[in-house]
Amino acid sequence: MHSNRLGWLLLAPTMIILFFFGVVPFFYVIWVSFHQWNPFAANPNMVFNWASNYRQVVFDAQLMASLGVTFAFVFFAVVSELILGYLLAQAFMKDFPGKAFFRTIHTLPLIMAPIIVGSIWKLMTTPSIGIIPSLVQSWFGLDLNIGQSALAAFTVTVVMDIWHWTPLVTLSLIAALVSLPPDPFEQAQIDGANKRQIFWHITLPMIAPAVVATVFIRLMDALRTVDEVLMLTGGGPGSATRYIGVHIFKEVFPRTNYGYGSAISVVVLYMTIVICWLLYVGLIAPRNTKKG
Amino acid sequence: MKALRPWLMILFWCFVSFLTLFPIYWLFVVSVKPAVELFSTPDVILTKFYWQNYIDVLNDRTLRSYMMNSLIISTGNAVLCTILGFLTCYALSRFNLPGKESIFFWTITNRMAPPAVFLLPMFLLLTQVYKIGDFSLADTRIGMILVYCTFNLPFAIWTLRPTVDGIPKELDEAAYVDGASPWKVITEVVFPLARPGLAVTLILTWVFAWNEYLLAATLTNFNARTLTTGLSEYVTTTGTEWGIMAAISVFTLIPALIVFSLVQRHIVTGLTFGAVKG
Repeated sequence: MHSNRLGWLLLAPTMIILFFFGVVPFFYVIWVSFHQWNPFAANPNMVFNWASNYRQVVFDAQLMASLGVTFAFVFFAVVSELILGYLLAQAFMKDFPGKAFFRTIHTLPLIMAPIIVGSIWKLMTTPSIGIIPSLVQSWFGLDLNIGQSALAAFTVTVVMDIWHWTPLVTLSLIAALVSLPPDPFEQAQIDGANKRQIFWHITLPMIAPAVVATVFIRLMDALRTVDEVLMLTGGGPGSATRYIGVHIFKEVFPRTNYGYGSAISVVVLYMTIVICWLLYVGLIAPRNTKKG
Repeated sequence: MKALRPWLMILFWCFVSFLTLFPIYWLFVVSVKPAVELFSTPDVILTKFYWQNYIDVLNDRTLRSYMMNSLIISTGNAVLCTILGFLTCYALSRFNLPGKESIFFWTITNRMAPPAVFLLPMFLLLTQVYKIGDFSLADTRIGMILVYCTFNLPFAIWTLRPTVDGIPKELDEAAYVDGASPWKVITEVVFPLARPGLAVTLILTWVFAWNEYLLAATLTNFNARTLTTGLSEYVTTTGTEWGIMAAISVFTLIPALIVFSLVQRHIVTGLTFGAVKG
């Protein structure tokens, strides 16, 4: 084959772009986080201040509140999506006319821009414009106001996330279910196992790798939810739906306190990496070693 | 009982499809109603269509320029990422570069970081560091095209790698024996064979760039603002113009729907990427 020089030449543009827009920001944010830097303060220059930004982060009540609601949001959204997605995937395992058509419709939300999803749900749930509050009012006599009730706003963001992302879970679980061999199920039926036993002892262990991968993807995506919540509630009322991305966008970024903002960014990035790593070590790695 | 089953399934899926489609339909309903009719009891069935919201959006010079920016940035970014991704995959597939698997993995990791974390460093770099004289990358289309590479270029590399790996090396070698230059081999032998994969990559990167909001909202002020940021501007500044907001949303949604009909089966592969480690 040709000399490797040509190979490096072909790689170069990609590596240069990713260096300047991927690697540099990563180290730059760490560097800035050890400085005091506010261009609109008395001293607009960067001043090295050791770890005092990080000391401040620990006592940032707003940040901690935001992390709390973020974890609640991620938990409720991902668990519901997993259960619903599994049930829908099972419903797709049977043969019926129009299956491909229904599956296509089911996939539709996946391609939509998060900001549009936010805008759609804003139009659905804003009192006096949206249809949902008026239905809730006439069916249950409840007043659903996402601008005032923290619980209502939180619930609607979870429902929105379920609407947007359950199809992803469904489709990846369909792929797992389709590839299962039929023999163990036939054997279990002959042995007289009931549906619940089949699920817990045969189906679940066999699709576990796919479930773990799906949970992993959904967790990572849910943790970085910003656009749709920003559009729907703007993080409100109060800080009820100010998930971590929204917090950075609305509270940290506009404050021109660059050093402190960088420290928060580093902490959030570090936490994401740790969560990723814990999931990998706890769920994915043991499976791989067992298989190997 | 068994014969009834399919009908029950169809009924069930009609219900699920209704839940999926109704919010999108509702967006359309709001977009074709005059403001005064919105605040009465919500009406599900449309009797007449009021197109003024769409006309207002199209007549708005700012929104028109945002639309243009969105088109230029997503097209430029998609073309750039597809070409560079293709060349990268070719280099990874045909050359025996030391540490190439690490390079591949490194390119992929660029996509996994949460974008919110990079808002501040990107903003500071674009406004303070990446500038030559008076020209800085902030609030320029070329700047946004490059910034979007951080998530689209890894994606392009990731989706194109199996395509390029799947093209037999023997074809390249035969062409080299016939005396073709490397450039000719890439453009006239490998490129035509990779075309289906390239098309899917081009379309999906285009739609990801078109859909992006967060980075556009923080890294642009006016000159390079995109349609998605225009949408949020409309909500915060004039809060009450729901019809306009719905109309902008429909305009933003249409390309995605077209793309959806083109590459529906590839979407899942595209979206599961980002968290699965290589």
